[in-house]
Amino acid sequence: MLPDPNSLAGPLDPAPEAGWSDAPPRMGFFTDTSVCIGCKACEVACKEWNDVPTSGLDLLGMSYDNTGALTANSWRHVAFVEQPRPAGHRTPPFAGNPTDGSTSPSSAAVGATTGNPVGTEPGEPTGSPEAAARMAAGPEFLGMPGTQPPGRATGPENRSDFRWLMMSDVCKHCTHAACLDVCPTGSLFRTEFGTVVVQEDICNGCGYCISACPYGVIDRRKDDGRAWKCTLCYDRIGVGKTPACAQACPTESIQYGPLEELRERAAARVATLHERGVPEARLYGHDPADGVGGDGAFFLLLDEPEVYGLPPDPVVTTRDLPKMWKKAGLAALAVAAAAVAAFVGGSS
Amino acid sequence: MSSEHQPVGDRFRRFRDRLDGGRSGAPGGQLSGQSDAGLTAASGRRGGRRRGGGEELRVPEAEFTSYYGRPVLKPPVWDWAIAAYLFTGGLAAGASLLAAGGQLTDRPALRRAGRVTALAAVAASTGFLIEDLGRPARFHHMLRVAKLTSPMSVGTWILAAFGPAAGAAAVAEAAPLLPERGVSGLARRVLPPVGQVAGLAAAATAPALATYTAVLLSDTAVPSWHEAYRELPFLFAGSALASGAAVGLIGAPPEQAAPARRMAVVGAALELAAAHRVETGLGLLSEPYRSGRPGRLMSAARALTVAGAAGALVGRRSRLVSAISGAALLAASLATRFGVFHAGVASSRDARYTVVPQRERLERRRQAAAGTGD
Repeated sequence: MLPDPNSLAGPLDPAPEAGWSDAPPRMGFFTDTSVCIGCKACEVACKEWNDVPTSGLDLLGMSYDNTGALTANSWRHVAFVEQPRPAGHRTPPFAGNPTDGSTSPSSAAVGATTGNPVGTEPGEPTGSPEAAARMAAGPEFLGMPGTQPPGRATGPENRSDFRWLMMSDVCKHCTHAACLDVCPTGSLFRTEFGTVVVQEDICNGCGYCISACPYGVIDRRKDDGRAWKCTLCYDRIGVGKTPACAQACPTESIQYGPLEELRERAAARVATLHERGVPEARLYGHDPADGVGGDGAFFLLLDEPEVYGLPPDPVVTTRDLPKMWKKAGLAALAVAAAAVAAFVGGSS
Repeated sequence: MSSEHQPVGDRFRRFRDRLDGGRSGAPGGQLSGQSDAGLTAASGRRGGRRRGGGEELRVPEAEFTSYYGRPVLKPPVWDWAIAAYLFTGGLAAGASLLAAGGQLTDRPALRRAGRVTALAAVAASTGFLIEDLGRPARFHHMLRVAKLTSPMSVGTWILAAFGPAAGAAAVAEAAPLLPERGVSGLARRVLPPVGQVAGLAAAATAPALATYTAVLLSDTAVPSWHEAYRELPFLFAGSALASGAAVGLIGAPPEQAAPARRMAVVGAALELAAAHRVETGLGLLSEPYRSGRPGRLMSAARALTVAGAAGALVGRRSRLVSAISGAALLAASLATRFGVFHAGVASSRDARYTVVPQRERLERRRQAAAGTGD
């Protein structure tokens, strides 16, 4: 059988492409951040079910997010953002209120450089203080929430409005998964559900997947030297159960099901939100025509992706791989030609 | 899991200390828009100072949104060993080409130096690659599969072909040292022809070994590596040729080293041209190649390459000048590899290099869609 012309990029059903015959429908997550309350039950349930090691208990000092990032020891990560913007529905007591930040640029700058000893590498990379300070200083403020309700210290006339964004991030289980493409041992594989899973008895910790992931998801444990990430609870979904995080989610922010169905549900949800006056609601990772062929785990966001730490336009690196091999081939010919010329040219 | 147990709240106390330190410490205490403007201006100046800086002036102001300034990507877990491998892999390839040339044109000094270096370099390469694994004992899992979509898998098989051939060729160099009688006498007669075949086999694999490492780096989400995928193969090709030629300049007498000199000049020219394009042609993503430690390494590589190539041409009668030029070329190749390596790591550590180019791409697409829609 000839490989699909879209085998490196473009819309595709990944399980049949990977060789599964009679594959079940592709399964995935739809994470609707508009109903996320930031409880982190997903993080806990995931750790419990999958026996994921501890990832540090200390405060990061940047927001109510103390997990910081997806790592080999955190397969769900609840991002938390406070913004000086009116919350979704502008009720009369808050209508027309000014908005203001509740942190200083300098504390945001320091917050960008904190980290927990999560036991993985690269784990939780620190950020750029300048960029964090800019977020706090500018209109796109993101920062450590204040400890008092708005207006308590300054009086009601100066009370300002704000909103909280919370989002449970997870491995995207890309249609075109760079981690899987570049894995030199075949440890990463495509399941019959179209998800991407690491086989821990095969992985030798080469780290190639970590550099290849356009979302910065997969990571390596320091103590055992292997790469780990969300398996979309391969052991649970194989017997018809719901993944631990979706099972634990109290608001159905995390929805699990056949991807086709989730995409329809998500489109309806966005339409509803737009109707109700939340024009900023948008889907992320739902489009099979995007740079990674669509995500198996996609999101409804209330701001630009990068506000949540997601890349705005991710592209699977292997899309350009044929061009890379072509260039390397030309360069190899140049090497051979130069060597031949060096010996046949000239007389001495 | 962390072995050291810190008391809870330790991080907060350190956080608070740094805040206080920031306040009491001179003007930088309140990081403000002002200091950001200063940073942007500084990078602008840095760009403007370079020769032919027309393109850098286009570098957009690095304003971008991020999640608390944290990087989007995970930086590579690879350490210095992979950068060192980029060098030794290229050196092994270049040296085996030199050895094959010496073998075919009857220049025994070139052949011997090339073969011995190729074996040493490929052995070091294997060591570096295995050392860098999270589970070194499982290195052989690389041999489970052969995948064109994984440059590391392709590289494994290239090394599996090159290594034994280069090894056999180098071992054959020991034939004259063997006693003439008995079994060793037989080996003494058999080894040289085996070495000839092995040397040619190694040389046939060498161009692939010299250039696949560029794809290894480019086939990642690391912005400054991926975006350089057109230039990196030629940069690494030039670097491999120059370092291989350097072996000839150091290890062969001047009367045999003429091909090494030509190879050095061609390699150096290729390396300089490709490095220039990487350092200037990628817009914002060229910046990591010009600033900080990678910037210093790339400048050092440029100076050493020019000096080494010039020395190779000028010192054609002096063994000493040739050897010094060879050393300069080797150092240049090493600096190039570490420079490229660290530039990529730097680009993945800063959300700017991920977000800004992707935003620009989205904007271009939006404009194109609007253009066709009208």
